[in-house]
Amino acid sequence: MKNFLLYAKKYKKEFILAIICIEAETIFELIIPMVMADIVDVGIVNGDKRYILLKGVQMVVFALISLVLGHICARYTAICGSGIAAEIRTAEFEKMQSYSFANTDKFSTPSLVTRLTSDVSVIQNFVSNGMRPGFRSPVMMLTAIIVSFKLNAELAFIFLIAAPILGFFLFFIIKNVRPLYSRMQEAIDSVNRVIQENLVAVRVVKAYVRGDHEIDKFDDVNGNLQRTSSKAFTIATLNTTSFQFVMYGTILAILWFGGDLVMAGNMKVGALTSFLSYVLQVLNSLMMFSNVFLLFTRSLTSMNRISQVLDEKPTINDDRAKDISIKKGNIRFENVSFKYKEKAKEYVLSDISFEIEAGQTIGIIGQTGAAKSTLVQLIPRLYEATSGNIYIDDHPIYEYSQAHLREAIGMVLQQNTLFSGTIKENLYWGKEKATDEEIEAVCRIACVDEFIDRLDNGYDTMLGQGGVNVSGGQKQRLCIARAILKSPQILILDDSTSAVDTATETKINEALEEVLPDMTKIIISQRISSIQHADQIIILDDGKIHATGTHEQLLAENEIYQDIFFSQQKGVLVAP
Amino acid sequence: MKKGVYARPKDTKKAITFLLKYIGNHKLPMITIAVLVLINAFAGIIGTYMLKPVINTYILPGDVPGLIRVLLVMGGIYLAGVLSCFTYNKMMIHVSQQIVSEIRMDLFRHTQKLPLSFFDTHTHGDLMSHFTNDVDTISEALNNSFTLLIQSFVTSVGTVAMLILLDWQLSLIVVFFLAIMLLYIRRNSKLSRKYFAEQQKNLGDMNGYIEEMVAGQKVEKIFGHEAQDLKQFNELNNKLKDSSAKATTYTGITIPTIVSLSYVNFAVSACVGGLFALSGLIDLGTLASYLVYVRQSAMPMNQFTMQINFLMVALASTEKICTMIEVEPESDEGTITLSRVKAYPNGTLEESEEYTGTFAWKVPDEQGNCSFVPLKGDVRFHGIEFGYTKENSILNGISLYAKPGQKIAFVGSTGAGKTTIINLVNRFYELNNGTITYDGLDIQHIKKDDLRRSISLIIQETHLFTGTIADNIRYGRLSASDDDVLAAAKIANADSFIRRLPDGYQTVLESDGANLSQGQRQLIAIARAAISRPPVLVMDEATSSIDTRTEKLIEKGMDTLMKDRTVFVIAHRLSTVRNAKAILVLEKGEIVERGSHDELLQDKGRYYQLYTGQSELE
Repeated sequence: MKNFLLYAKKYKKEFILAIICIEAETIFELIIPMVMADIVDVGIVNGDKRYILLKGVQMVVFALISLVLGHICARYTAICGSGIAAEIRTAEFEKMQSYSFANTDKFSTPSLVTRLTSDVSVIQNFVSNGMRPGFRSPVMMLTAIIVSFKLNAELAFIFLIAAPILGFFLFFIIKNVRPLYSRMQEAIDSVNRVIQENLVAVRVVKAYVRGDHEIDKFDDVNGNLQRTSSKAFTIATLNTTSFQFVMYGTILAILWFGGDLVMAGNMKVGALTSFLSYVLQVLNSLMMFSNVFLLFTRSLTSMNRISQVLDEKPTINDDRAKDISIKKGNIRFENVSFKYKEKAKEYVLSDISFEIEAGQTIGIIGQTGAAKSTLVQLIPRLYEATSGNIYIDDHPIYEYSQAHLREAIGMVLQQNTLFSGTIKENLYWGKEKATDEEIEAVCRIACVDEFIDRLDNGYDTMLGQGGVNVSGGQKQRLCIARAILKSPQILILDDSTSAVDTATETKINEALEEVLPDMTKIIISQRISSIQHADQIIILDDGKIHATGTHEQLLAENEIYQDIFFSQQKGVLVAP
Repeated sequence: MKKGVYARPKDTKKAITFLLKYIGNHKLPMITIAVLVLINAFAGIIGTYMLKPVINTYILPGDVPGLIRVLLVMGGIYLAGVLSCFTYNKMMIHVSQQIVSEIRMDLFRHTQKLPLSFFDTHTHGDLMSHFTNDVDTISEALNNSFTLLIQSFVTSVGTVAMLILLDWQLSLIVVFFLAIMLLYIRRNSKLSRKYFAEQQKNLGDMNGYIEEMVAGQKVEKIFGHEAQDLKQFNELNNKLKDSSAKATTYTGITIPTIVSLSYVNFAVSACVGGLFALSGLIDLGTLASYLVYVRQSAMPMNQFTMQINFLMVALASTEKICTMIEVEPESDEGTITLSRVKAYPNGTLEESEEYTGTFAWKVPDEQGNCSFVPLKGDVRFHGIEFGYTKENSILNGISLYAKPGQKIAFVGSTGAGKTTIINLVNRFYELNNGTITYDGLDIQHIKKDDLRRSISLIIQETHLFTGTIADNIRYGRLSASDDDVLAAAKIANADSFIRRLPDGYQTVLESDGANLSQGQRQLIAIARAAISRPPVLVMDEATSSIDTRTEKLIEKGMDTLMKDRTVFVIAHRLSTVRNAKAILVLEKGEIVERGSHDELLQDKGRYYQLYTGQSELE
């Protein structure tokens, strides 16, 4: 809650203006009926033409003022609502960027998306639809109560019975509807999850003709959403029913007791009728207010979900960072062990120690699932070692700020991501204001220049959803170019040439060696050919270092390496 | 009146028809709801209109028994009102949620039928937004607006009727103001709809952006691109904020405007009425009650406009859903289906209810008779031309054949069109020219689902679904038993690593199996294909992330998998390619060489150059 008031702070001026306008408008709305009553009760009854005209003009003026007030209020309320929503979204997005993967995995993508969009919309709705009635009805109610007590204090005690009854109903409704709203939001998450997975895996779904299966799955979550939202909304609408119940009851009670008073001569008939209209006003305001409250209850669920995003502590942070940056690119692992979840029984990596001199090339090879990718992802702190330390230039990596650390590391992931936009825009990720010459230079190294001319618009070709889809090999080459454009001290290639043909791969590796000899390079590969010239080769097996050495050493002594070597001897399409 | 830029009456009409179709499925409940709303409205009107007579007839004369009687009657009517309110609310929510759920379902069902080219050109976030934001808006409107619309409409009409009855001349003023209000509402709702449509579009864009950023989080971190992304996010965010502020403002000003207009209406009516009264055209008593009605006409009018507004916004969303539903589904003019058959010794085939392990294409002729063509897996390309867009051709006249049980390998540089070729076998995309036959049948004539059922596809990027590992393998054949799953996992050599997972085969994968390595994911994909056992197997770099030693381990399994199957394989590794019956070397969408490994080496052509490293792929 406190968080949310903070976001409202930026719109303090608009808020205050909106509230002033609402209250002023409310006052006019209370005065205008009195003018109306004057016209009928005084003007018409007395047949006073001048009086009627005067009051008529007065009313038109009031109406115009309240029109202006209404417009100002609508405008500022809208600005407040959408402004707060934008603030919250930015805060969430910013927070999300500081997340480690452990944090992200906790929420799952579709849920995060909903928390940034739908949930924020709910709050925006609450602000822009709830403000007017929320600030209006208390004033209306208070005035009406005061007036009715003035009219007849005895009869006004009916409020003291009616209000708690209505209050009880509302309490009951809100108490029951709150958990239902949470469940509804969860159901929405499930629906989104199924849709999202379906969209991402559309090729698999089509290839296996699983449309019907997907529909069944969707039917499940959709049905669940239908049931929970039906329940939640049904309870929420009890609001109207209970309001009507109490209102009608009150009218009957007033007629009965008020009638009694009138018959006994303790009350005038006129007073009874106006009393009735004020009572209706009180109850009406209560009803409006309770609607605001229901909106609030609904937004509480969303606030909660948003708070979870905002309050999540990033598991990887810069708390121990000093103001230093990487100069050379010497890397040392000391007894590093890692597991993804603290509760997991087995370590994914255990007791890893090795050292890489700056400028060296290191090859990592090992079986599927040996944790090669995990190992290199510890270096830019995508994940944090569970125990042990990693040093770069003799400082533990946590002593560098994440920004400095990652600035010095260029990494091409196994699972590459290019973003919607042109090829050039994607390359700019490596260096924001790269010149065309710089781009062309790295594209020559990564052999991007070989296919770029064949694309319709060269470097300005649109990629991704809504654009051209490049093949896996082309994508990998673009990703390599993007990484080198950063001119990092350390370059990590995680099996990033698997879809590139061997000839091209050799070309890339040679170019890297020639143009960027001072860069520390870590290459994960399945192919011995890609790493055999490395200064050092690490064989990783089941999360442990099985052996280290040069190609010649390992080939002479190591059984696993020999195995891999011979399995590939006849197996490489382009022998280097 | 000025013509709104965004007003598209044709589309609105379409949206209304679309919604009415769903509402039409619930005629009886909807009629019941309407009746109950009327009862409730009537009970409410009693509240206002019976007060005066009650006071004048019973309270003033002191008629206590009469007062009791009339209060009991009123109580009865009120009770009926409250009960009907309870019932129609409950029914309305039920119906509206059902309708919304039907719309979601139909939308999803339709999505399943759309061609791949549609998904290539639309962002996920945008598509998701139809399911969430647009459907939500409809839900809100149905939940409340239908009932309130009827209620306020009836009350408004009733009040206006009373006014006309009391004094038709004076009522002209009211009618005049009502007309102004209606015109205002029309103009305003057009504007607000324009901005709402903009808001929904911006919301969709933002959805897409967030999703892309969450998915690409690793890359964002590695490149330290947070600041730039935040900037771009804020641009989208501000666009959304502005359009949303405008949309909300336009809805927000409706009510105060209508209220103010109704005050002016009252003032003018009172003044003119006063003049009338002084000229003796109307008596004071009638004028007094006339003005009471004028005063009361504002509330329901106000309510009515509000609900119309909500409906309009919902219609804007309905339009968007309509456009999506109208996207042409994948064309499927095929009539040939795949069926289980029993083979008799004399060679005849007969359709069979039970699983026989034998399948055949059921080919209907014009007379409605059927003949059977045994399913073998013979695939031929005849002069295929294809491009993802008309102008840009990728494949130029590809012809090839794969006899049942043969393994055909495609070799060529990235972008040569290998993946495109295999995407055509199961008709992911439509040909520009040429034909592909399967067991001698033109695949255009085979029903797509049946065609795809006969082909197993493993692509480089493995997609896993939320669920257990076993579920993910079973995706290949839903009826597969646990033993089948185990056997398939063993073929793919995935069994050993699956067993080591916390819950073995029952380990639940979340967020696309994030914690599995690429290689492990590919092993699961292979198991998935192994369990589906169709006659044709297509592998597009299916083992690219599996190390060669593991590949050696799964070789035997792969041999089992490929045995007696027609296999199309794309790979860079020779180990995967060399034992192929035919190797096709592709360049720029054309086959430049074909033959077995040995033949091609002897020919000393492109393949030889590649193999010996004398030449590099372009």
